[in-house]
Amino acid sequence: MQVPAYVEYEKATSVDHALTLLARFGPEARVLAGGHSLIPMMKLRLAQPETLIDINGLTGLSYIEVTDGELRIGAMTRHAQLLDSAVAGQRFAILHDAERVIADPVVRLWGTVGGSLCQADPSEDLSAAFAALKATMVIQNLTGTRTVHAREFHTGPYETVVAPGELLTEIRIAIVPGGGSAYQKVGRRVGDWPIGAAGAAIWLDNGSDSGTIADAGIGLTAVGAEHFSAAAAEDFLRGAPATQETFARAGQIAAEHCRPVSDQRGPADYKRHLAGELTARALGAALARATGAGPLPPVQRSPGQRSPGSPRPRRGGS
Amino acid sequence: MQIAVSVNGTEYSRVIEPRLLLIHFIRDDLGLTGSHWGCDTSNCGACVVWLDDLPVKSCTVLAAMADGRRVLTVEGLERRGELDPVQQGFAHCHGLQCGFCTPGMMLTARWLLDRNPDPSEQEIREAISGQICRCTGYENIVRSVRWAAEHESAAADRDHHGLGDGSEGDDLA
Ligand SMILES: Cc1cc2nc3c(=O)[nH]c(=O)nc-3n(C[C@H](O)[C@H](O)[C@H](O)COP(=O)(O)OP(=O)(O)OC[C@H]3O[C@@H](n4cnc5c(N)ncnc54)[C@H](O)[C@@H]3O)c2cc1C
Ligand code: FES
Ligand code: FES
Repeated sequence: MQVPAYVEYEKATSVDHALTLLARFGPEARVLAGGHSLIPMMKLRLAQPETLIDINGLTGLSYIEVTDGELRIGAMTRHAQLLDSAVAGQRFAILHDAERVIADPVVRLWGTVGGSLCQADPSEDLSAAFAALKATMVIQNLTGTRTVHAREFHTGPYETVVAPGELLTEIRIAIVPGGGSAYQKVGRRVGDWPIGAAGAAIWLDNGSDSGTIADAGIGLTAVGAEHFSAAAAEDFLRGAPATQETFARAGQIAAEHCRPVSDQRGPADYKRHLAGELTARALGAALARATGAGPLPPVQRSPGQRSPGSPRPRRGGS
Repeated sequence: MQIAVSVNGTEYSRVIEPRLLLIHFIRDDLGLTGSHWGCDTSNCGACVVWLDDLPVKSCTVLAAMADGRRVLTVEGLERRGELDPVQQGFAHCHGLQCGFCTPGMMLTARWLLDRNPDPSEQEIREAISGQICRCTGYENIVRSVRWAAEHESAAADRDHHGLGDGSEGDDLA
């Protein structure tokens, strides 16, 4: 039986209240959002905070809106809310691609966007999605707010720049015309963490038909990519023609630069292969969306998972 | 700490340790053993209950997080002294064998049908994809949920036409 160690519990009623409680209880206090990473870690005694500051009452941090040319997502937005958000899906399809394959529908009702980013698990899906989108994180403490680029947010496995006494409050993504984005994940089974996954965002020069890449973002997770991204591959893409050959080469570069480790989810060389292949596929899917070009390539599925609407294989007799 | 939780419409006030998981509060403190405690790792869904209006794996939240909120467990699914259509569906379509996964499956199915009264087979499978059944192979669980959907819409039609009282006419198998 897994039971967390003894802990104190405080319920925050506002952002200021949460920050005051964090200051009062010091560095051994931890924010409790959905709890779907923290509580399993506490059950395994991998985390033993002295005090939990429950921020589930901060409903004001649960929103998705377009303001000043940015998509803004409150830190307490649940995975399911992001998946249900039409505006998020229209602007950044990568977010829906990723949310559809994060955990399972019940877990998605509770796990939060902010909790995912602050958990900083090396296999976190949203870390790669926001890295691809070059998002900005808004962090608040008792003296004010500061913003940090997605690629400076994570400082190592399970580590971020969010200091004791601070809260991540918002994620911002600039809406730039001529863009498209997509996410591709391979997992062992439905609802599992990725063996490897790649997200891509692409912006074309002078609107959608130029065929030249103005800028690109690549996010990688579970494959040991620095800052969940692939900077060298992005450099290669900038100014290049948006073709399958370009994307394949970008995938190779991304694969060369990551450092996957073998574990129960798969051997390192397979993960490296996935990094390259999924990067190329995500770029292709992102381009199709940027140009509004017809149906997208099929989303990569875990083995055994049927695509929606495909007939069920019937066993004999029935 | 002191918490006050409404479980299946009954108010409970208890002194608990903040580290107590919701599943243990429900089973051990309240004696409501219909909710099952399975994998203990957020993977099987046997422990699913509703917290306010949403299903949750109750091994993955603290009882403290339920303070001031409503919890619905399988014991509270029946309405007006009758089994919920989902429960009737599981009985009618043989949706369980050992029954260990059943309470969690039914609570997620109830949530699905409230959002989507006519789910496709694929949508049902997706909804319960975070829950494990080691017995049925899922076929009969999916049939059970479809049965509930069909009988609910038939009952709603009857209600709409002023026929019957909205209760289920079908016999249980
Ligand atoms: C069965 C299962 C399967 C999963 N599968 C996947 C998967 O496939 N892919 C994936 O990416 N994730 C997966 N997850 C993780 C899921 O996305 C979690 O919900 C998420 O990682 C954490 O969100 P949370 O709100 O539950 O955070 P919590 O567990 O509450 O918190 C996580 C950490 O972040 C800190 N924190 C939370 N919010 C803030 C904030 N606003 N400011 C500062 N610090 C904060 C907490 O103190 C804690 O250290 C899975 C989880 C489960 C249980
Ligand atoms: S016991 Fe909670 S998910 Fe298995
Ligand atoms: S009926 Fe036995 S686990 Fe589902």
